[in-house]
Amino acid sequence: MTTLLFIEQLLNGLQFGVMLFLMSAGLTLVFGVMGLINLAHGSLYMIGAFAAAAVAAATGSFLLALMASLAAAALAGALIELTIIRRLYDRDHLDQVLATFALILIFSEGTRWLFGSFPLFLDVPAALSGPVTLPGGIQYPAYRLTIILVGLAVAVGMFALINRTRVGIRIRAGEADREMIAALGVDIAKLYTFVFALGAALAGFAGALVGAIQSVQVGMGEPVLILAFVVIVIGGIGSIKGAFVGALLVGLTDTLGRFLLPQMFALILEPSAAVSVGSALASMLIYILMAGVLIFRPRGLYGVA
Amino acid sequence: MTRETWTNLAALAVLAGVPLWAYVADEPFIITLATRAAIFALAGVGLNLALGLGGLVSLGHAAFFGIGGYAMGILASHAQAYAPLAEWPFLIEGTKSMPVIWLVAVVASALAALAIGALSLRTSGVYFIMITLAFGQMIYYFAISWPAYGGEDGLSIYVRNGFPGLNTLDPIQFFGLCFAVLCAVLVLMWLVQNSAFGLALSAARQNETRVLSVGMVPYRLRLVAFVISGAITGLAGALFADLNRFVSPTMLSWQMSGEIMIFIIIGGVGRLFGPVIGAMVFILLEHTLGGLSEFWHVYLGALLLGIVLFAKGGVIGAIAGREKAHD
Amino acid sequence: MFLRTAVLAASTALLGAMAQADVKVGMITTLSGGGAGLGIDVRDGFMLAVKQAGRDDLEVVIEDDQRKPDVAVQLADKMIQSEKVDVLTGIIWSNLAMAVVPAATAQGKFYLSPNAGPSPLAGKGCHPNYFNVAWQNDNLHEAAGAYANDAGLKNSFILAPNYPAGKDALTGYKRMFGGELAGELYTKLGQTDYAAEIAQIRASGADSVYFFLPGGMGISFLKQYAASGVDLPLVGPAFSFDQGILQAVGDAALGVKNTSQWNKDIDNAANAAFVETFQAEYGRLPSLYASQGFDTANLLISAMGKADVADADAFRAALKAAEFDSVRGDFAFGDNHHPIQDIYVREVIKEGDVFTNKIIATGLSDHADAYAAECKM
Repeated sequence: MTTLLFIEQLLNGLQFGVMLFLMSAGLTLVFGVMGLINLAHGSLYMIGAFAAAAVAAATGSFLLALMASLAAAALAGALIELTIIRRLYDRDHLDQVLATFALILIFSEGTRWLFGSFPLFLDVPAALSGPVTLPGGIQYPAYRLTIILVGLAVAVGMFALINRTRVGIRIRAGEADREMIAALGVDIAKLYTFVFALGAALAGFAGALVGAIQSVQVGMGEPVLILAFVVIVIGGIGSIKGAFVGALLVGLTDTLGRFLLPQMFALILEPSAAVSVGSALASMLIYILMAGVLIFRPRGLYGVA
Repeated sequence: MTRETWTNLAALAVLAGVPLWAYVADEPFIITLATRAAIFALAGVGLNLALGLGGLVSLGHAAFFGIGGYAMGILASHAQAYAPLAEWPFLIEGTKSMPVIWLVAVVASALAALAIGALSLRTSGVYFIMITLAFGQMIYYFAISWPAYGGEDGLSIYVRNGFPGLNTLDPIQFFGLCFAVLCAVLVLMWLVQNSAFGLALSAARQNETRVLSVGMVPYRLRLVAFVISGAITGLAGALFADLNRFVSPTMLSWQMSGEIMIFIIIGGVGRLFGPVIGAMVFILLEHTLGGLSEFWHVYLGALLLGIVLFAKGGVIGAIAGREKAHD
Repeated sequence: MFLRTAVLAASTALLGAMAQADVKVGMITTLSGGGAGLGIDVRDGFMLAVKQAGRDDLEVVIEDDQRKPDVAVQLADKMIQSEKVDVLTGIIWSNLAMAVVPAATAQGKFYLSPNAGPSPLAGKGCHPNYFNVAWQNDNLHEAAGAYANDAGLKNSFILAPNYPAGKDALTGYKRMFGGELAGELYTKLGQTDYAAEIAQIRASGADSVYFFLPGGMGISFLKQYAASGVDLPLVGPAFSFDQGILQAVGDAALGVKNTSQWNKDIDNAANAAFVETFQAEYGRLPSLYASQGFDTANLLISAMGKADVADADAFRAALKAAEFDSVRGDFAFGDNHHPIQDIYVREVIKEGDVFTNKIIATGLSDHADAYAAECKM
């Protein structure tokens, strides 16, 4: 193992972390403001990817596809908030889990009904399709670097939105005391629709961005959903900062675990057993991380008591 | 008797009556479906102790369901191959006897629940949901990548395990066995609910401080409840594996945890018979909706949504009113 | 789940006809959820052959297993207990086959596998009533190993998901491949990001990469591999280069070599007719899975012409003879009722706007599986 390879893997871990942040930012926002567990977050991610694939196939423009993903997911989000989700805010978590689980079923099969059972094509724009050479001679895919930059931009944007704008003040106030800000004349229903649509748009955007280097297919949202939950739980549910730190932690742990564990076991076991045991442990690693964090910090790294 | 009691008796009568009718009408598959419902109900009854009475929303109960299933699969496969499980420090043979398998399933899942519960109960609320999910996922991925017992392929048992005095291969006899286990556990749960322990557990859900002030430790109450809950779900897992003569990591997946939870919510959270009615309704829905269209999940989703939004307290809540609804 | 599309084949025009369904087939396959594309292809291929045969003594009951083993077991119980089928078929996934096949054959039913070929069923767990019409799971990987030798590759990096079929795959490749291994990796089942693995490939000094990543995993890997700038030759089994998913991979798959026992350009009359009628019937190119479904139905129909299904021994012998025009050309069963067939090497090309494969070589000729010797029947 060379230093260069290790640095490249660190970069991969960082990149995976940023990708996870994009997926989980909306989820943690919605939970923080409305106290809602939204299992259908993965479906919104899928809707974004499908909308992008459809628009990219029709127009050939990746930029339009990204915009379509934002619009489609925001629209779907606003729609389900107005019809269904808003009835769930004052229910317990159990009802929320079941209702949004039902939404997953409807969205998944609905998408299959619309688009068929085969994966769709969505590719990265030609300008970003190849690798670039970084200082030190590391070849790295340009698109992945772009994802890192976009993810960091989204993170900064979210911080700015929450800490610097009028809407952000209302969102924070809504988190702290719902009745009070309603009494102060803020239209809380509209605020919630806005926040949910924003969370949905972030999910859809992530779906399109990540879908371009993965597979756009029905069910793509579910593994992402679980990962996103791991991230926001580690970070502390509701905290954007927590989601960011949690995402990087999970990204690095998973990538380095996949890379290092089989090699570590190779020191004590024969090669094929080492690969097998190392891989098995690597696939459990982020859940071990999550359980470990929660045992020592039951409300996550940045969660409020 | 209250309306809820009548509803419960009616549910038991239907669950027992349908297979008897199917037996007379020579429709063995209906018996299999009823057996499935009885086993799912049992799994739900287990979770309901933690979820309904204790307020512990566990999204990891598939772990216990699967451990029970693997207890059956591992013991029976060793017996089938005449290969002992271990020869050192003492000889452990496989077995094809259900009572022994049940005992192992209950003990194994109770131990797992003890370990998972002891760690998870340090958290609460959403964090508890997620940490139980995390433990469930750990065991799921372990089972998939552990080659000794089939990995993702799972384990097949060619002949159903035996129970003294019964021919378990006969669908109606196997149903009777599962039904009897379900009834026994329901009686046990009724006793637990009305015991000092059950009342304290319920009180801890409603008001933790008050329980603390009378000198009881909610953590311990919950841990005991979680262990019993896991053990019952594990027993259901052993029966489920025997019904299918097969066990695989699917039994450990988070979707399975979700399904067990769905039975409870359909029937009514915290109601003794909630999971029984929920499992019956679920199996019925699966069976009838599946015939409508290739995209039957859409209908299932819409129905579940309707139940959550408009029928608070599940089916029992809708029939019997909210007199005993969970807070 | 109980999707019932009981199809009375072809000549249902004769209302109230005396002819009772003589052979009843139960098809359990995946028609909903993520893996539905494969099941739909197998079903469509199978039903096309049934329709073309136009027999009124063949009835097919189709149900959806949702890719869940317990549901598949339950459906098999239903088909055996209530529908009283004679023959079962349709299962796509090895883990579902392992759950259903041993019990079904033990109850005296015939099982014709149109896709899965787990090694236990080819070796120690073989059964006289089990016929595999597709391949033993290792076969395509073995052909890839043989091709790698022919192509002069000396140092392969190999990877697959960490589950039994993944281990079978790499075992199959290693069985035939004579060169060195630059690295061997097992990835998480369902993994979608392969940046870490690709970095290891780049650093390994390999001269080629062999990967088995079915479905969405393969799509993700291929796209990411193409973007990484690693330009080592890729070899894979047909599953990642199937007609159904090639369009989703796009240019990233162009030129990749993959192994398959079938392709649409295999030159025989049966295949030409199959490709043409399939397109006319369903409006898309047939896939590998569709060809397997089509062959399975034709095998069954050929046996029906020679023996009565009630006479199990005669029917079994008729199946074993495999006297039907396979779209793959030559086809025979070995002693363990698994195929002996040629396995080809294909290359991904673009025909107009459509990505597809063309055969460039034969990987293995008249190839049988490695487990036949363990089968005692």
